[in-house]
Amino acid sequence: MARVIWGLATSHVPSIGAAMDNGKTAEPYWKPLFDGYAPAREWMAGHRPDVAVIVYNDHANALDLDLVPTFAVGTAESYEVADEGWGRRPVPPVAGAPELSEHLVRRLVDDSFDIATFHGLDVDHGLTVPLSVYCPDPGEQWPCPVVPVLVNVIRHPQPTAARCYALGQAIGRAIRSFPEDLGVAVFGTGGMSHQLAGARAGLINTPFDRMFLEKIETDPEALARLTREEYVAQAGTEGIELIMWLVMRGAMDERITRIHETYHVPASNTAAGLALFENGGAPA
Amino acid sequence: MTKARDDYPLDLRASRQGYALNKMCLSLKDERNRRRFTEDESAYCDEFGLSPEQKKAILERDWTGMLELGGSVFYTYKLAMLDGKSMQYLGGVFTGMTAEEFAEAMRSGGRKFG
Repeated sequence: MARVIWGLATSHVPSIGAAMDNGKTAEPYWKPLFDGYAPAREWMAGHRPDVAVIVYNDHANALDLDLVPTFAVGTAESYEVADEGWGRRPVPPVAGAPELSEHLVRRLVDDSFDIATFHGLDVDHGLTVPLSVYCPDPGEQWPCPVVPVLVNVIRHPQPTAARCYALGQAIGRAIRSFPEDLGVAVFGTGGMSHQLAGARAGLINTPFDRMFLEKIETDPEALARLTREEYVAQAGTEGIELIMWLVMRGAMDERITRIHETYHVPASNTAAGLALFENGGAPA
Repeated sequence: MTKARDDYPLDLRASRQGYALNKMCLSLKDERNRRRFTEDESAYCDEFGLSPEQKKAILERDWTGMLELGGSVFYTYKLAMLDGKSMQYLGGVFTGMTAEEFAEAMRSGGRKFG
């Protein structure tokens, strides 16, 4: 049977990808962030998954306002890298895991999550930047195939944090019932606090982010109880992306082991966070 | 230039109001459309059926005005990038700062509220 081996929560800011693509990671602006990633990257390189389930949101690239699915799963054999308006990132296309996708879709629908499916999907920075955080130098191909899971965090009303957590729990059950011996990594992406538009642009709420970084491990139910309006007020209009970390958390065991975390302000107009967890409690 | 409200939630009302404007901005993710827009911005706006107010906001690069008329920053950012403007520039516009002042505020830990 398949099993979740680790979970990575990480910001997916486009400029983090651009810093890697343009060789700027050693510059003073970016160095603290990438130094902070290093221990997590080293650990993940030693614990390679067979498949990654990446929970992210599209930013007006594959989707527009004609059709906004609340939850969706990619089911394709491969996903092109999106041109978001300034040319494609120079990274490989993303290989799919269509059999695991099919299994997840069936199990999730049977579990009363009426999700949409994408057979054609150009993946944007929301998915490719977390892949680059995991693997900075993929060469010709990424180290593992991917099942994209999309959450609407842009168009109100977004799903509740509680529903995201429950979706994660259903994804965890579905992974554990997949009849192949696969080690699966689950990525929860987006955040941390940030707001791009309006007079509150530039909002950063470090106390909220620190609280979130702690409770995502120890008390995800408390985070799942926060309302949409509380996320927007506390973490900013776009900080509500953090509800996608709860999908990752839900897919993992009740007890998880923190391997590494880092937090840095700023990455572009955001607070960048990373938290890496091995599934299960610490070995005795 | 229009003065910004605290935030601009992209709800269904804004989606209706800003439909043509967002659709036009979204089209700029294709290189051919970026060229066509640059050749004749006004005609390109007309193709997408922008209201006179939306068209004016686009042509004058009234970034806050675009939001007031239903624009979403994820869409209008594609126009900003075509102009070579950064998210720090837009942040400055929304908050009455230069791009440099806004970037400095971010480097100092970001802007605090409440």
